[in-house]
Formats: sequence, C-alpha cells, structure tokens
Amino acid sequence: MARRRFTFLIKALQAGTLAIAVCFSLGATDAGSRFNKLNHQLMCTCGCAQILGECNHVGCPNSSGELSELRDGIAGDASDQVILDSFVAKYGAVVLAAPTTHGFDLVAWIAPFAVFAAASLGTFLLLFRWSASKTQAVAADAATMDPAERERREQIRRDTGDGGF
Amino acid sequence: MAAFGTVALYVAFALAAYNLLAGILALRLIATGQQISISPERLADTARRAGIAVFLAVTAAALALIWSVFANDFSISYIMEHSNRALPGPYKFSAMWSGQEGSLLLWAWLLGTYGFVLRLTHKKDVKLYAYAGTILAGVQVFFLSILCFAAPPFALYQGVTPDDGNGLNPLLQYPEMVIHPPMLYLGYVGFSIPFCFALGALMMRYPGEKWIRITRIWTMVTWLFLTVGIFLGMHWAYAVLGWGGYWGWDPVENASFMPWLTGTAFLHSVMMQEKRGMMKSWNVWLIFSTFLLTLLGTLLTRAGLVSSVHAFAQSSIGTWFVIFMGIVLAVCIFTYIVQRSHLQSEHHIESLVSRESSFLFNNLVLLTACFVILWGTLFPVISEYVVGNKVTVGAPFYNRVAIPIGIFLLLLTGVGPLLPWRAASFKSIRRNFVLPVSTFWVMFIVCLAVGVRPWKDGALDAGNFYALVAFSVSTAVMTAILSEFLRGAQVISKQTGKNLFASTWLLTRRNTRRYGGYIIHIGVVIVVIGLSGSAFNRNIESEMALHDKLTIGPYTLECVGFTQDSNLNYNSEYALLDVSSKGKPVKTLALDGLRPHLVSLQMAPEKRVYLASGQPQTMVAIHSVPSWDLYVVYEGANPDTGQPIIKAFLNPLVGWIWAGLVILVFGTVIALVPSLSPSTASVRVPARSAPTEPALRGGNL
Repeated sequence: MARRRFTFLIKALQAGTLAIAVCFSLGATDAGSRFNKLNHQLMCTCGCAQILGECNHVGCPNSSGELSELRDGIAGDASDQVILDSFVAKYGAVVLAAPTTHGFDLVAWIAPFAVFAAASLGTFLLLFRWSASKTQAVAADAATMDPAERERREQIRRDTGDGGF
Repeated sequence: MAAFGTVALYVAFALAAYNLLAGILALRLIATGQQISISPERLADTARRAGIAVFLAVTAAALALIWSVFANDFSISYIMEHSNRALPGPYKFSAMWSGQEGSLLLWAWLLGTYGFVLRLTHKKDVKLYAYAGTILAGVQVFFLSILCFAAPPFALYQGVTPDDGNGLNPLLQYPEMVIHPPMLYLGYVGFSIPFCFALGALMMRYPGEKWIRITRIWTMVTWLFLTVGIFLGMHWAYAVLGWGGYWGWDPVENASFMPWLTGTAFLHSVMMQEKRGMMKSWNVWLIFSTFLLTLLGTLLTRAGLVSSVHAFAQSSIGTWFVIFMGIVLAVCIFTYIVQRSHLQSEHHIESLVSRESSFLFNNLVLLTACFVILWGTLFPVISEYVVGNKVTVGAPFYNRVAIPIGIFLLLLTGVGPLLPWRAASFKSIRRNFVLPVSTFWVMFIVCLAVGVRPWKDGALDAGNFYALVAFSVSTAVMTAILSEFLRGAQVISKQTGKNLFASTWLLTRRNTRRYGGYIIHIGVVIVVIGLSGSAFNRNIESEMALHDKLTIGPYTLECVGFTQDSNLNYNSEYALLDVSSKGKPVKTLALDGLRPHLVSLQMAPEKRVYLASGQPQTMVAIHSVPSWDLYVVYEGANPDTGQPIIKAFLNPLVGWIWAGLVILVFGTVIALVPSLSPSTASVRVPARSAPTEPALRGGNL
C-alpha cells in the first residue's frame, strides 16, 4: 500500500515537472515588447501619477518627450539599466515606478518577504508546539475509536455541521 | 440655513459628549456598586437616549447642507467650492462628499445612523450594548469635534458672495460617484460597531461568545458595503479615468483595501473562537486593527500624507486623526493588558493539516497582504525620512509582491473547506483533493495549449505566468467548492428524493452560513479569473480621419464622424465609430420603450470640458461581452490637424470581475439569512457501529 502511494506521488511529481518543462520551452520572440516593458517601469513626470506607458491625456507636457527618449535609448542599443539610469539622472528617483534593488530601496523588497517568512515560521513553531502537547491525548483517542467510526463521524461533520462557516 | 446647520452640529456634539460621560459614569457605578441620587441604570438609559438624539441632530445638519446645495447658497464656503448652478440634481448630492468638510459630515451622519440602530436594539443585551454605545459615543465626539472646530461645513464665504460656485470636480460627475463614496463610507464607518462591541466585551469581561454572534452580523454587513464600495470604485476608475485599467495601487485605493483584508481575516478567524474557543486575543486585535486602519485610511486620504491621484479633499486635520488614533491605540492596549486573562484559549490546534490551521494560514496570508500594502503605501514617506530620497512605489512593486500572495490565498480558499476540523486523515485528504488537483493540471495543460505561455523572448513573462497559475488554481478551487455542494446535495437528495438542483437549494438553506460562504468563494474565484485577464490586454492608438479604420483583435472601428456639443454644465467633443467584426456590423441590444431589439453598434467616446472649473473629463465608450471589453477613449483632437485621436483597448475577461461581485454579494446575503431548521439536518449512516451521541456532541460540529 505504502509502495503504491509512493509510486503515485513520484508519478505526480514527474507529470508536474514535465508540464513545467514544456511550458518553459514554449515561447515566442517579440523585439517590440522591450519598449512596452520599459515604459511600464517608468512614471510620467507631469504629476498625473500614472505609469508612463499608460499616461493617456492629450497635451501632456512630458509623456510624449519621455517616450521619445525611451525609443531613442532602445534604438541606440543601450541596455535597459543604462536607459533607466539615464531617466533617474534626468528626472530623479521618483521616475522609476518601483524602488530599485540597491541601497535603502532594497528594504522595500525584503521587508514583505521577511515579515511573511517570520510570521510563517512563528506559526509553524506554534502549531508544532500545540500538536506536540496534544499527541498523547490524540493517541489515546485514536486507540479507543474504530477507524470506520472516525471516518463516519468526519462524514457527518462535513454533511451536517457548520463546516467552515 | 448655515446657522441652523452649525447649531445642529453643536447640539449633536453636546449630546454625544453627554452620552460618553454619562455612559462612563453609569457603567462605573454599576461595576463598583456605588450609589448616587440617580440610579445607574436610569443614567445609562439617558445616555442611550442622548445617543439616539445625536442621530437626529446630525441628520438635521446633513439635510441643512443638502438643502443649501440645492438652494445654491454660495454664502457657504463649502457650497461655493463644490457646486454650481448648472450642476445636475443627482450630483448636488455628490457635492456632500466631494470635499473635506462634507465627507466628514457624511461620516458623522453614518456613524449616527449605525449608532441609532445599535441603541434601538439594546434589549438584546442591555449591558453589552451600553458598553458598545458608550465607546461609540467616544468615536462620535471625535468626528463631531472636528466638524465643530476644525473643518466646519457651514463656514461662511469671506467677502462678497459670488453669483456662481466653482462646480464639482469633473471626476465626480459620473453616476457611480453618487453611490460609490456612500458605500465605501458605510463600510469604513461600519467597522466602528464591531470595534465597539469587541472593546466593550473585553472591558466588561463578557462571558461566552455571544458577543461574537452579535458582532458577526454587523461585521458581515459592513464588509459587504466595503466590498461593494471598493468594486464600484474600480468600475468608476475603469469607466472614467480612461487608462484601460481599474486598479492602480493608488494610496487611496490601498487605504480602502487594508481594512477589507483585516476584516476578511476577522470574519474567518472568528469562526474558530465561536466553534472552539480559540484565537480570542488574535480576534480582538484583528478588529482593533481594522478600525485603526479605517482611521489611517482617512488620514492618508484627507491629510495628504502620501500623494494620490484622487485625494479629492485634503487639509490639515491629520494631526487630529494622529492624536485620536494614539488615544484609541492606548485604550486598546491598556484594556488588553488589564483583561488579557479573559482571553485564554480553550483549545489549541491539534494538527498542521486541519480546518483550524487553514484558517490560521488564511489569516497569516491576509495580514501579510495588508502589511505589504501598508508598507508600499508608506515606503515613499519612510524613504524620504530615512535617506532623504523620495521614491515611487507603483504597480510594478505590488504586482511582484502582492500577486503571489493573492494566488496563495486563492489556493487556501479551495483547500480550507476540504479539511475537517481538528485533524485530517491521509485517506480523507486524498479523497477530497484528487479531483481538484486533477482539474488543476488539466487546466494548466489546456492553458499552455491555447497559448497562455509564461516564457516570452527568452525570459519569464510574469503576467502570463501569473495568469497561467491563477487560471489553474481557480479551476481547482472551483472544483473543490462545487464538489462540496454536490456531496451535500447528494445526501439531501437521498433523504428527500428531490432532484439535485432542489437539493442544493435546500442544502444551502439548511446551512446558509456555510454555503453562503462557499458562494462568496465562488465569487472570489470569478473575480480572480477576471483580474487574470489583464495579462492579455492590448491597445492601439491612432489619429483617425473620416472613414479611417482601426483594427484591434476581432474588431474594426471606422470613424464616421466627429463633432462637438455643449450644455450649461460642459462642452464636449466626441467621435462616432461604427464597429464591425469580420466585415459584418457588430450587433448590440437596445431598448425600444420596453422592447429589446438588436441594433448595429456605434461607439461615441467623449471628452468634456466643464465650464465652471475648466477641467477636462474623459467619457469612455465600452462594449462588454463575456470574453472581453472593447474600450475606446477619445483622447482629444490633434491641434495641428483637428482630427480625433482614438485609443482602443481590448481587455479580456473584465466582465467577469463585475459578475464575480454580483455572486459575492449574493453569497453574503445568503450567509446573513438565518438557516432553515438546522437541527433537522441529518445523514443516513449504517447502523453498525454508529457514533454515539455524546461523541457527536463533543465533536464541534
């Protein structure tokens, strides 16, 4: 039984890996998407607080000029980072739509994941502590209860109880 | 009318202050058993009646402001700044919340209305309601003191009264803006009530969990209003701002989303307290945090702490809010420290794989999402303070950080209901999860086959990747929820002989809370599918001469005219575009009187310039079908050629977002309806070794 379960898990993992490999092997090339990608990493500086690529008002004093600069940068074979750096040098750090990944800006990226990791770790530790303290009681309960009865009780709970709500 | 309104506000303030002071005194006398010339019960009742009178006084003030708007009384500074004579009637109501003072008056009025209902229904539990009513009076005193002393809505215009006003912000001159802010405020303000009950129950060491049941209805109704308010705001942004999206991670949007997240966490974790006496401290702090976040949201919106595209009303009342938040936090911490022994858990979680732990992780994820949004919203201020360098935290940050969290949360939406309380066996996990996991992989492969591929130009395409995962997880979650319905309905069908549809309905009525919750989850899944469609948005922009054509997706737009119009309120320019697909005109439903009939689709995107303010406004033309929205913006005329510039978007699955909201609202209403004789619910089981009655009683069904 345990061997069959193990085989099933291995096959499921293989299928998952294969599907992921297939999806990563598929794809197309679109050189024009670089402009679109970069104009979504920049803000319009006219004060509208919109992404440069989405700034939509006719007569905006800044967006068309900034988009032209971006096109020129891409046409001039500059790397993405060089183009973004040139925008920061000209308009300040607020022109970037998201914080960079160096200096104090890095804190912006790290903090959410650090908080999530710390909270998850704390939760796991708490759960392990609680479940360890209950082990004996649960073992005693399991020893006295027929598995079929336990299964039926779970079924009844699911069908008639409030469940999660 | 200005004098009447001002007096009404002062009267309301005095009554609320009396309610607070007399309420505190009465509760103190009851707690200590001391006697004065008036009995504490009678004193508490006078406080309650004063609270009811606050509602009447604030209503009078609100009516005075509305009367003044309709009477074009420009001697009142607020009316002069936010209205004008040509403003259409419905938007005169909007003027009430278009500015700082009016929106605070709306807040005070809604608070008074909630307080009115609370104080009228006090007989459910006189003492608990007395505590809650007194705490609520404290909140009312704060808002009424701002209205009386810091931001008076009836302040008179200094100088000669102008003949006409400045008019309403054009962005607010849209039908949804008559509903969206009140809905959002109903949600914001409503969280004061669960807060008052939670704090009151803690102060009085309320025995048992009855207060949770009382609070739950208030919380759900409030949560519903906030949800509808947020979605109406999204729809307004979509239809008015003209950038093709509906959520820009603007600080004001974030401010409304944060209390929604903590409120949602509370609605889930409170079930553990009700069923198993667990997480009492956690729940109390969740509701405290939710209330504090509503105040923080107002602070962000009103005090200009962070820059926002649509902070319509800013002023310097931020200090008032900071002080009040400090007081509230201090009271919460003090009460918690003094009474924390009352919040001891009766049980602990027994297994990592159980319904309880799924709720715990659900809370963890919701609170992480809340932290991410709060962090992103405040980081520009923090960065400026720490390193003197202001940065922008826009959509790319949130998309990278919040979307994975959202997908994980979606996964828990499906996993949670499949796990039993206390502990799950491997067998039950396998039985419950095989079908959802299978559908996940089927959808994953189908998506790849139809072109939803996460790899583009030799690099990971985050949008497509998230869409692929979201579609697959959504399918699995939907399968899990529907299989729960099916399983229950089959049991009922066996019992009653009814067909499956009737059995599902009966099942839902027998346990409205559980199945209403599942319907809400279905709504959430539909919304997520709609949101995922944004990964495939397309747009094209073109200057169009007469009979020029523009093609996007399956649609071809032909410019058949561009013209101008004007009325007393605004001048407008618009283009007329015939829409065809595969050479044939696209048909749409129109009403001839009450008779629906098909007509050829002609779109008329518009640009308005309002006369009073001189501000422009976009009116987007949208043709919505289940698979996508054709979204057309008139960006204005090219000053050199005079020809219209048209930007067309093809936004897949947007309609699903609004459909999901309808399902979500339906589910919430179902969950609010009392269950139909739950005690009669039963299941047939073999007689052999049936569970004993005491075992079931102790099993937290």
